[in-house]
Amino acid sequence: MTAFRGLSSFLYGRRGFYLALLLLPPLLWLGIVYLGSLLALLLQSFYAIDEFTARIVPTLTLATYYQLLSHPANVDIILRTLAMAVAVTLAAAVVAFPVANYMARYAGPRMKALFYVGVMMPMWTSYLVKVYAWRLVLAKQGVFSWFVDQLGMTPALEQALATPVIGGPSLASSYLGMFVVFVYMWLPFMILPLAAALERVPESLLQASADLGASPRQTFRHVILPLALPGLAAGSVFTFSLTLGDYIIPSVVGAPGYFIGMMVYQQQGTAGNLPLAAAFSVVPILLIGAYLALAKRLGAFDAL
Amino acid sequence: MTDVPGVAGRGDARPVPSPTAAIELLEVSRAFGALLALDGVSLTITTGEFFALLGPSGSGKTTCLRLIAGFDHPTQGRVLLDGMDVTGVPPFERNVNTVFQDYALFPHMTVADNVAYGPRVRGAPAEARRRQALEMLDLVRLSSLADRTPAQLSGGQKQRVALARALINRPRVLLLDEPLGALDLRLREEMQTELKSLQQRLGITFVYVTHDQGEALSMADRIAVFRDGRIEQLDTPRALYVRPRTAFVARFVGSANVVAAGIAARLTGTSQAFAIRPEMIEVLGADASLPAGAVGCDGVLEDIQYHGATSRWHVRLPDGSLLTAARVEGSTTGASASPGGRVRLAWSRDSLVWLADG
Repeated sequence: MTAFRGLSSFLYGRRGFYLALLLLPPLLWLGIVYLGSLLALLLQSFYAIDEFTARIVPTLTLATYYQLLSHPANVDIILRTLAMAVAVTLAAAVVAFPVANYMARYAGPRMKALFYVGVMMPMWTSYLVKVYAWRLVLAKQGVFSWFVDQLGMTPALEQALATPVIGGPSLASSYLGMFVVFVYMWLPFMILPLAAALERVPESLLQASADLGASPRQTFRHVILPLALPGLAAGSVFTFSLTLGDYIIPSVVGAPGYFIGMMVYQQQGTAGNLPLAAAFSVVPILLIGAYLALAKRLGAFDAL
Repeated sequence: MTDVPGVAGRGDARPVPSPTAAIELLEVSRAFGALLALDGVSLTITTGEFFALLGPSGSGKTTCLRLIAGFDHPTQGRVLLDGMDVTGVPPFERNVNTVFQDYALFPHMTVADNVAYGPRVRGAPAEARRRQALEMLDLVRLSSLADRTPAQLSGGQKQRVALARALINRPRVLLLDEPLGALDLRLREEMQTELKSLQQRLGITFVYVTHDQGEALSMADRIAVFRDGRIEQLDTPRALYVRPRTAFVARFVGSANVVAAGIAARLTGTSQAFAIRPEMIEVLGADASLPAGAVGCDGVLEDIQYHGATSRWHVRLPDGSLLTAARVEGSTTGASASPGGRVRLAWSRDSLVWLADG
């Protein structure tokens, strides 16, 4: 007891030491295990593989990046992944906004709790189970097409599937279906930060806007949207980066075209080209960096 | 009580719209479930008037303001602005602007952009609205801070920005919702003077919500005292202070002593409650003789509250009720009793105000 009190008073007088003691374990983890392996990955991408021996040559070279960018197939993969990430992010934002707005502004305490649980509940289920379930849902004879048929909208679905590039024989084997699954998977990551941001906008700001003559549309544009932008940015970083890095959804649902994550998986596994896998995984990091820089320039973090 | 024009007592015939009125509430009620926040309030505010809605929290004064602004709609009755029925009209289509209690400045805009918001949503070109905003900031002596953000301002400065922003649309009526509530005393007094002179210069109708009777008394031309969703009394500040009609108004506006009918009968021979303001009561020594024509009573001095210019003497009467007498600092008349000692209280018969209730 006295020894404990002695320790307490010793630490109380030495704030810096106390903080260092608390922060050391997580900093070690973050610094060595996390950032260290990231740096190792970066370093790998500047190595190349010997074509004949299939061994990694540990000398710094840009050959792997040249290989990455000179093959049109690889560039296609990057562009395809990027296009999907942008589309998923936009769609998630559009779908999430009304839900988040309702949760933040209109729902009573019970309804709000129900919505929070409802939004998070899908995350309690195994990711793989959900992806495979979606494959069945979207299959040619699946629940989804049955439902569309009940609504008498089968021609519209067929029209959509006949669209070049995004279409396919069925939703389960088209980019359109993959897009639906991505949006479903990442939606909670958009709704939650968005709802948090909207909750911080006081009601009086919206009243002030209306009071000064702004129509509801103008209030949305000039007040709600700018103040929700940090939440929107946070959510979109999730949806964007998760889509860029995912390899399971594209390999279970959708058209046969490769995505970045699948290439990383394949290059480090079956192909055994660790440097190329590393180079591929650097691409999302750069894209997200560019995205954040763009968001900052557009003022997404000004209201923080 | 004298009749105040434009105020309909309960049970009167339905009032008719008046031609000089800026705002009229006709038999307005607002229910929140079972709770009646406003209960059949009728009220006429004249153009160019500084009108205060005074009352404790939950008395309905803020609900009343929200109905005028259009943030809320009455469950019964009508709201008229300049003789036009606006009962169902949304706030953005009313020529009324509001200064909010928490100022409600847009945190993501500069001071100038905040002030220019009204013209902006009405489609004014960027340059014109900037010029207009700077003019308004000049009016509230803040043009040097035009490019700051609200977060960089003090409370008093935010208050002025909110004022400039609300005035830029040149509203017919400015609504102020406890605008000085968050400021410290010195700043509050300064802003009171400033608001009053601004109102007189611009000639705009001000409707001012407050729970601070001092604020209402010092600024308003007329005051409506709210209690439990109804107007308890509507009068000029002087009339409210000198001639309160009910015990509630006497206590709330004048901080007056209210003497119940039973004790009043013993003291004055009339069995009706009356109010007597502390500054009208003289504290005498226990054995002093009553001046001619005065009402008096004996009691025990409980304590003396020192307020600087005046001090308040709390005296317990034998029947248990408490009377407060105010003494001007430095006054040499009267007793020099200390707490626990016996004193005699006296006041002139003319200074007591008979109350309609209790």
